[in-house]
Amino acid sequence: MQKRTEEKIVAFGTERLKRGFAKMQKGGVIMDVTKPEQAIIAEEAGAVAVMALQAIPADIRAAGGVARMADPAVIEAIMNAVTIPVMAKCRIGHFGEAQVLEALGVDMIDESEVLTPADEEFHVDKSKFKVPFICGSRDLGEALRRINEGAAMIRTKGEAGTGNIVEAMKHIRLTKRQIAELAGLKHDGLEAKVQEYRVSIELVEETAKLQRLPVVWFCAGGIATPADSAMVMQMGVDGVFVGSGIFKSSDPARMARAIVEATRYYDDPQVLLEVSKDLPQTMRGIDIKTLKAEEKLQARGV
Amino acid sequence: MKIGIIGLQGAVSEHLEATKRAMQKLGIEGKAIWVGGPMELDGVDGIIIPGGESTTIGKLMQMTGLFERVKRLAKNGTPILGTCAGLIVLAKRGDEQIIRTKQPLLGLMDISAIRNAFGRQRESFETELEISGLGKEPFRGVFIRAPAVSEVWGDAQVLAKFQGKIVAVQQGGLLAVAFHPELTPDTRLHEHFLRMCQR
Repeated sequence: MQKRTEEKIVAFGTERLKRGFAKMQKGGVIMDVTKPEQAIIAEEAGAVAVMALQAIPADIRAAGGVARMADPAVIEAIMNAVTIPVMAKCRIGHFGEAQVLEALGVDMIDESEVLTPADEEFHVDKSKFKVPFICGSRDLGEALRRINEGAAMIRTKGEAGTGNIVEAMKHIRLTKRQIAELAGLKHDGLEAKVQEYRVSIELVEETAKLQRLPVVWFCAGGIATPADSAMVMQMGVDGVFVGSGIFKSSDPARMARAIVEATRYYDDPQVLLEVSKDLPQTMRGIDIKTLKAEEKLQARGV
Repeated sequence: MKIGIIGLQGAVSEHLEATKRAMQKLGIEGKAIWVGGPMELDGVDGIIIPGGESTTIGKLMQMTGLFERVKRLAKNGTPILGTCAGLIVLAKRGDEQIIRTKQPLLGLMDISAIRNAFGRQRESFETELEISGLGKEPFRGVFIRAPAVSEVWGDAQVLAKFQGKIVAVQQGGLLAVAFHPELTPDTRLHEHFLRMCQR
């Protein structure tokens, strides 16, 4: 029989709860939404979570100016509309915005380069928060620094709002190459990496041993089609974020379903073929080479 | 022994590892496999439905034909362990959130499930549970946006409660828990399930 003596919660916001939350997202698609109606379309299509935004990256890019955290009322309306987790973005280093989002009760905070950075020196000290964080990275050093600061999940920093997968691919390949390189290193070599990456030896050793990032790793930035998602899944990421790709297409519900299926069946070309036929018109996209250095979001916050 | 882990979305690899560790502990010769489609369930002695997002897992199970296959196998007596999202999918009834999202339910267990019963991620927690049948030693319950069971009927037996909410239920060969045993090193719950599969 159940005893009613000790029914106390032992802990909130532990590393295991934060990283565990990220694990529950594996194999899934997380979709950018700006309205409750879009969040419902995403949930119905099988999204594992939504990212609540005031404007999607393609529009943030076009609008210019300082991009900040979304209005909490906008995020709250989305939280009330769906049962799946709701994430929201804060500016890099902006612990004030992060505190607001934690108080609001979002399920994960994305400390994101898509918004205008608030601190050029430090990222948010994520270990101080109960809510889990996800951060972007282009290479292993950035990824490990963010994990060292307390990030529970990492994503690539593909050029958001471009509909162009080329940068995310670059980040995946580079990160994997750098992880593989760790495998061959003895103690001195690992120590050198600790210096180079400015992180703890434990983190470098753990990554070397696991031969993958020690937290869940998603692809973000530039996914516009089911085949884009299937390709990055084959490259070994745990899941994908789709930003402008869904709600900039002419039939978001169909595009959303197609990307969910492609993410699950990333290694089955027959399924990919089926979901890729007669797709709604995809976003036009931007050739990365036409972006000036200062227009690239990924260089923000290293 | 062969245990199939429904591998559509969520904490699949964690269950594979936990199952293998439990097999080793019990000295069982066997394997745990990643199941992506109905054919891969041929000859399994037990099925695990992992945690993840229940809406996503339910939809993908229907899309792949796994839904009907798992239902048939369960009716023929194949044991099933459902954790977190898996608990919801096993239930006969759900709360208004589950109804509104048109959550596909296998409808195998005489339980009514509540989605996100403890709140959002901020309210996710770890605690020490006492679970009937797992011995005196408390079990570390890791609850992540966890569901709970509001009601059981028929042959469903409550194995554990937390703050008045039912968090573990067994009904014959079906076992549903609201927490994540696959995220802790303790393999007792998986061992308990494997013993159910041995019968």
